Parts: sequence; C-alpha cells; structure tokens
Amino acid sequence: MTSRWLNGRGRAERAATIAALPLLLVLVWTVIYPNVSVIAGSVGHWGEFIQSPSDVEALKNSLIIAVASVVAALAIGVPLAFLLTRFDFPGRTILRAAALLPAALPPLVGVISFLFLYGDTGVITKVTQIVLGLKDIPWHLDGIGAIIFIHAYTMYVYVYLFVSAGLERYESSLDEAAIGLGAGAFRRLTRVTLPLLTPAIAGSALLVFMSALGSFSAPYVFGGGIRVLSTQILNSKLNDAIGLAYVETTVLAISAVAGLLLFRWLEGKRAYVAAGKGGARRHKVRSRGARIALAFGAGLIVLVLILPHLMIVLVSFAKDGAWTTQMLPPEYTTHNYAGLFTQDELWTPIRNSLVMSVLATAADVVFCVGAAYLIVTRKFSGRGLLETLVALPWAIPGTAVALGLLATFNTNNIAMGKILLVGTFWILPLAYFVRDIPLVSQAVEGSLKQMDPSLEPAARGLGASWWLAVRRVVLPAARPGIVAGALIACVTAIGEFVASVVLYTHGNRPISIEILAQLRSYAFGTASAYSALLIGLVLIMALAARLAESRMQ
Amino acid sequence: MSDASEGLVVERIARSFNGQQAVDNVSFRVRPGELVALVGASGSGKTTTLRIVAGYEQPDSGRVLFNEQDITRVGPSKRGFGMVFQHYALFPHMSVVDNVAFGLEARGVRRSERRQRANLALERVGLGGKGQRMVQQLSGGEQQRVALARAAVIEPRLLLLDEPLSNLDPTLRQSTRDELRVALKASKAPALFVTHDQDDAFAIADRVVLLSHGRVLQDGTPEDLYDRPATRDVAMFIGHATLVPATRNSDVADVTIGGVMHQLKLSSTSGVPAGGPGSVVLRPEALELAQGDSPTQWNATVVSRRFAGAQFVYRLRLGGDVIVDVAGRERLERDQPVGVRVTRPVPMVP
Repeated sequence: MTSRWLNGRGRAERAATIAALPLLLVLVWTVIYPNVSVIAGSVGHWGEFIQSPSDVEALKNSLIIAVASVVAALAIGVPLAFLLTRFDFPGRTILRAAALLPAALPPLVGVISFLFLYGDTGVITKVTQIVLGLKDIPWHLDGIGAIIFIHAYTMYVYVYLFVSAGLERYESSLDEAAIGLGAGAFRRLTRVTLPLLTPAIAGSALLVFMSALGSFSAPYVFGGGIRVLSTQILNSKLNDAIGLAYVETTVLAISAVAGLLLFRWLEGKRAYVAAGKGGARRHKVRSRGARIALAFGAGLIVLVLILPHLMIVLVSFAKDGAWTTQMLPPEYTTHNYAGLFTQDELWTPIRNSLVMSVLATAADVVFCVGAAYLIVTRKFSGRGLLETLVALPWAIPGTAVALGLLATFNTNNIAMGKILLVGTFWILPLAYFVRDIPLVSQAVEGSLKQMDPSLEPAARGLGASWWLAVRRVVLPAARPGIVAGALIACVTAIGEFVASVVLYTHGNRPISIEILAQLRSYAFGTASAYSALLIGLVLIMALAARLAESRMQ
Repeated sequence: MSDASEGLVVERIARSFNGQQAVDNVSFRVRPGELVALVGASGSGKTTTLRIVAGYEQPDSGRVLFNEQDITRVGPSKRGFGMVFQHYALFPHMSVVDNVAFGLEARGVRRSERRQRANLALERVGLGGKGQRMVQQLSGGEQQRVALARAAVIEPRLLLLDEPLSNLDPTLRQSTRDELRVALKASKAPALFVTHDQDDAFAIADRVVLLSHGRVLQDGTPEDLYDRPATRDVAMFIGHATLVPATRNSDVADVTIGGVMHQLKLSSTSGVPAGGPGSVVLRPEALELAQGDSPTQWNATVVSRRFAGAQFVYRLRLGGDVIVDVAGRERLERDQPVGVRVTRPVPMVP
C-alpha cells in the first residue's frame, strides 16, 4: 500500500534526486569526508599503534568496558522492566518515574555526582566507612570497575525503556496460550516471553554497547591509570601525535561499526513480528511480606537513583573552597547561582552553549525535515544512500566525529573542499549538528511514516501546489517528530562534552568544559551550579516534549 | 467541440512495473454525466489505470484526453478532477469542514465563501452540522461521505473513486451503494470508479469496463456483461457461473451432461457460429430444482446445503464433474437425488 503512493519514476523521481543532491553533498562533506580524512591521516602511523602497549591495552579495555556495560545494563534494566510492567505494588508509580532519572544527567554531570557520592571523600563512601567501623575507606572509585558502575547507572535506562515498550505491546494471549498448553512459569519466560522480546533486548544492548564503547567522561574523570581508546585519542592529540590519534580514531570507529553489524546480524536472526494488541494485565502482589519487601526495595532504588541529582543540587549551594574533608559541605550560599548570571566569565559558557545548540538544532531541523520527507515519501535513486548517511553519525563515537572534523576543517583549501573552522566559533555548532542528525531525522521519519501516504497526493489532486500541500498537510503530520527531535537535539547539544573537549577554544567554551575547569580549581559549588542548570534544562525540555505530545492528541 | 469525443477518452495506454505489464493497451471512455466502473480482480491493472487518469502515474505509451485536450503529461493538481481515495486520505489534523474546504483554499477562494460552499457540500451528503468535528470522530460511512464532499466541492470535471465502498462493513455497504449512486448522479460530474466487487459496479455504474491482466475484457452496460458476455473469462467473472461445453444449433444449444442431452435457448452467442462448439453459462438465477419427472431436467445429487434466509442454496453435482449452485425452498439432505431445470435463455461463449 505504501509503495503505491511513492512516485514511481520520470519527472517526479528526477525532481526527488535533484532535491536530495544538496543533502547528500552536505553529508558527504561533513560525515564521509572527515572519516576519510582520518583514515588517510592514519596511514604510516599504524606501526606506532601496534607497538604501543598502552594503545593495545586501551583497545582491550574499551571492548571489555563495552561488553561489561551491556551485561550490567541488561542485568538491571530487564528485571526492572518486568517488575514495573507486570506487577502492581506500593511504590510502583514513584519507582516508574524515578527509573528515568539517569537520563536527565548529561554525561559529565553524572560522573561528577558519582565523584561526590562514591569518590574517596564521597558521602556514601564515608557513611559506609563509619557504619562499618572501618579504618580505611571501603573502596576507591577508579579503574574499570568504576567506569562500569557509572555506565550501569546511566545506561540501564535504554534497556528499561526498550524492554518496557516491548512488554507493553506484548500480546498477553501468547502467555495464556502457553499456560493452556501446560507450560510452567519458567518455561513460559524462557521459551515464549524472552524470545519475543529479543528485538527490544538486542536493540537496547546495541545502544549500550555503542555508548559504552565511545564513552569519554567516565574514563576521563576517574579512569585513574586506565586507558581507553577515547581518552587515548585526546592524549595523542594533546601530545601532538596527531597521526597516532587518527589511528586510534580509526580503530575506535571500526570497533563501533563492527559492533553495530554484529548486533544487527544477531537481531536479524531472531526477528519476530510479535506486536499484538498488547494490554498485558499487571498482577497485584497480594502477599503482605512481599508487598513490604517490594515497597522497601522500591524506596531504596528510588533513593539510589535520585541521590546523584540531590547531591548536585546540594553541592551547588556549597561555598567554593570550603568543602575539603568534611562529610557534607559545611557552608552554604546562593552566590554560585548568582555568579553564573552576573559574572561575565561564568556567563559566557552558558551563552555559548545556548547559542551553539540553538544554531545546531535549527540546522538539524531544516536538514532532517528535508531528508526525512524525501526518504519517507519519495522513491528515487540515491534514497538508500541518503537513509544510510543520515543514520551514520550515530555509529561513530563522539571523539571520532570530533577528530574527523579536526582533520577536515583545519585549513582553507577550497579545491580540497576544506575550510578553516577549527579554532573558530563555528566548529562546535558544526560538531553538534553532525552528532544530532540521526536523532532528529529518526524522530521526523517516525512521524512521517505514521502519515497516511496518500495524504500528500490527495492534497495535490485537490489542486494544491507542492508548497501548499507540504505546508498544510506534510508539516503538520511531521510536527510531533520535529518538536521531539528538536528538543532532544537541543538537550544533547547543551550538555555535549565529548566532541567539545577536542574542539573547543576559550572563546566558544561550552558549559561542560567550564564545569571541568571549575572542578579542577576545586570550585565544586560553581561546577555543581552549572550541572544543576543543565539538569534543570533537560527536565524542562522533557516536560515540554511531553506537553507537545499530549497537545497533538 | 464534437459531441462524440467530449468527456474522458483513454487511448491505448500501457504501463509496466519492473518488466510486469500492469496495464496493456487499455482504451475506454467516460461520457458527460456517465458513471463508469473499472472492475477487475486484484492485479488486473484497474488501480494503475485510475492513477494514470488522475495523473499520479505516467503511461509508458498511449494518451489521456479530456474534452479533446491531451492531458497525459498534466500534473494531478492541474487536471481539475476530484478523487476519493480508498482509505479516504482525510487530513487527520483538520476539522471536517477544513478538509472539505481544502481544494477551495488551493484555488484561492476567500475564507468566508469556502466555508459556505464546504458546508453546503456537507449538507448535500447528509453531514450538515458535523463540520466542526474532527475526522476521527466520524464513523467509516461518514468519513466516506466527507471524502466525497471534499472531491465534489471543487466542482470537478470528473470524479475518480478508488474502491469507494471497500472500507465499509457489509450492511452499511448495501445502503451506501444507493446513496453513492444518487450523490454521483446529483453532482452531474461524470465519474470513474474502481472496484473489485461486481455487485458494487452493477448497482452504481451506467457502464462497466472489465479488466483482467491489464487488458479490457469487455466494455458495456451491466446487462451486456451479464446477459451477453463476450468471452469465457467475462462469463466466469460475472455471477456464480458454471460453464458447460455445448454446440450451437441456430438459436439453441445442444448441451450434454452425464449422457443426457437437452436443448437450451440462448440469450447471446458472442460470435459462436452455427454448429460451432462453445460453452453455455449456467447461473443459479437461471436454474431451479425440479421434483417429479420433467422431460427437460438433468438428474443431480446434493453436495452441500447452505441456509440463505428465505431459501436454501444447494450445491449440486450433475453427471460427471459439473457442479452448479441452485436455490430452492425444499429441504434436501446430502446425497439426496434431485432434478435441475433451466428456466430461461442462457448466454453462450466461445
């Protein structure tokens, strides 16, 4: 049915191809060309990489961390999704809301809050030491374990969201059929429920794998002596070993793409279409003991989930420099916040982040609406290529994106298609634009795919010009996706750290870089005030997206 | 302008997809005021033909003319036709009246006037007062009428309808058929509609163009197709027909079933020469159960019985492999012997 309304060929197809050309050109220029430049720049330096023990170790660590993060995120996310969609117990509603809290922490902010909570002088660390009466602190927050710990906290949300959605859609009659055929609870779970959830589990595992593999903030801040590829890249770049940085970038990107292909292959082997009417009922937990245990457990989990946010807010009121070895900051003030908006030096990063993310988001919306419109509603040669290129930046870790831009926009050479943006204001908005293309185009494509494909032809048949049909019919249909995509893009760009740390200059330094700088000078209060501001922005945008969504219906 | 070529003229159009010939040399006309049905099974090329007429598809060869103007390469927005889509394609984010007024908006009609005209069009399809509703708040039948009003309000030169009744449940379908014919006749515009359902076509259309595998099998009035089918394929498509080999003998046919020969009066011969072989078309409407021992009956046994309200419909096996459906009031059991008689002239096809 869909394909019937895709314009077949001839004039319409040529028009679509011509419209797609500038989009493809932008993608080739900002996505393909940078990666090619990185690979080209790596030539001749592979020997250094192979002979460097620290690089080989970094590759090994990156892969270990990625796999372990997947395991940890699955171990938390899957049971939690089952618990919250299948059972009813006291505290369920609040736990359901709290389960999404880690998503409101920009990467670097999450890391800092963990430092305040679980670091060597962290609150939880000290409380544990006192409660257990230990001479030394019970643990050190460093190394691979610490990185996996924070990944588990921030990334289980993907698993939880995917599996919950799968369970919501899950056809409950399948379980009833299994019961009717005499299957016990365990057989039902392992033979029916879990296999049918494979797409959701595999999809979310892939997301965790990619995020963990490219993760930068956690290894950078408390990796200690642990090397991973993303931090090695920055090190090599700062040590002026740019050729080696290109090799490391290539290795990281190849690992990511290999992971992507592996997961897609696994997913393809178990692709069931099991979407039914859904409507699985929740079982009310009746046993008194179980209810109390669940309520207590839920309360504990909520506390663990919300502690990082509370800690950031608390420290944001701490007087800079006063908190040293005490368990909690001894002196409080509102000056940290006041300073952000009154001192030029502190306000600049906020202004930079806002301006740069709005610029990037605006460009993403214009670009991705065009791309999604062509991909969903037209059939033309080059459509598959456009679809692939639009999704590609998602598969490339942020550090690799940044290195690519560094390798391409570092000189003015029109003949080579290079212009000098590195060192200027514009390199960061460009990086944000590239990184957010997949998010925005996927959101817009999602909305457009829900549109009845005959609507645009219908409008044209009623005499509407192309522009009128797009303005009155296509854009209104795409609006939920545009709003959601723009908000996500804006949020990610405002808190962006990974690409920023490679490409920023003093003039365009964003909030995340300033947080790091404040942290380095032990201005914990100011760093936390920035962080709280970011969390606030994320929450506001999330609420706005909710509101926009409910308005649409 | 010569009267003979007014309206829509489709001239030898052809269109293939990936080497598959979807439409193969199709020609037909829609004269002013006429309701024409394009009928065929799925894959017969009827929808592609409609899309070529509407301008959403370009033919590989052939021409589409309207009032003697070649419009083959004219875009859909410039043809001045009104189209009702299979799933209606109503704009979900607009109210009913805004949907209907959209074509007027595209033509630059002033806001107040287009409201007025849209409301008038809604009244005409019995939806006056529902203009402010959102589309999703309407029933399937109401949505169908909104789609019709939206196509009709622009006073199209030709109305095109793609399976206009296929989304309605069976009871609604019956009544909507009559309403649709009345509404189409009232709009004065000629109409071309696509359907896979011959009952829809017979009930609504003045003329039926029967398509199969991208070719026109027959073009004529419903009576033509029913009483005078041109080919075996047409006879097989129309009604629950059983074809039985026969030999033409002037205006009767000699038909032998299970060794018993009877002569049947013919309503048409479709070019079968006297003495030539062919088949007669036996439909339930031309048959009746014969108790007793009539000289013109064939003996049969009951294969199955289906209750159909006022009567039963029996599936009977005549001698050999000839299976026919016959209606009757008597209650017969499976394997019971019974006689069958032909009650009126039957068509003969090559």
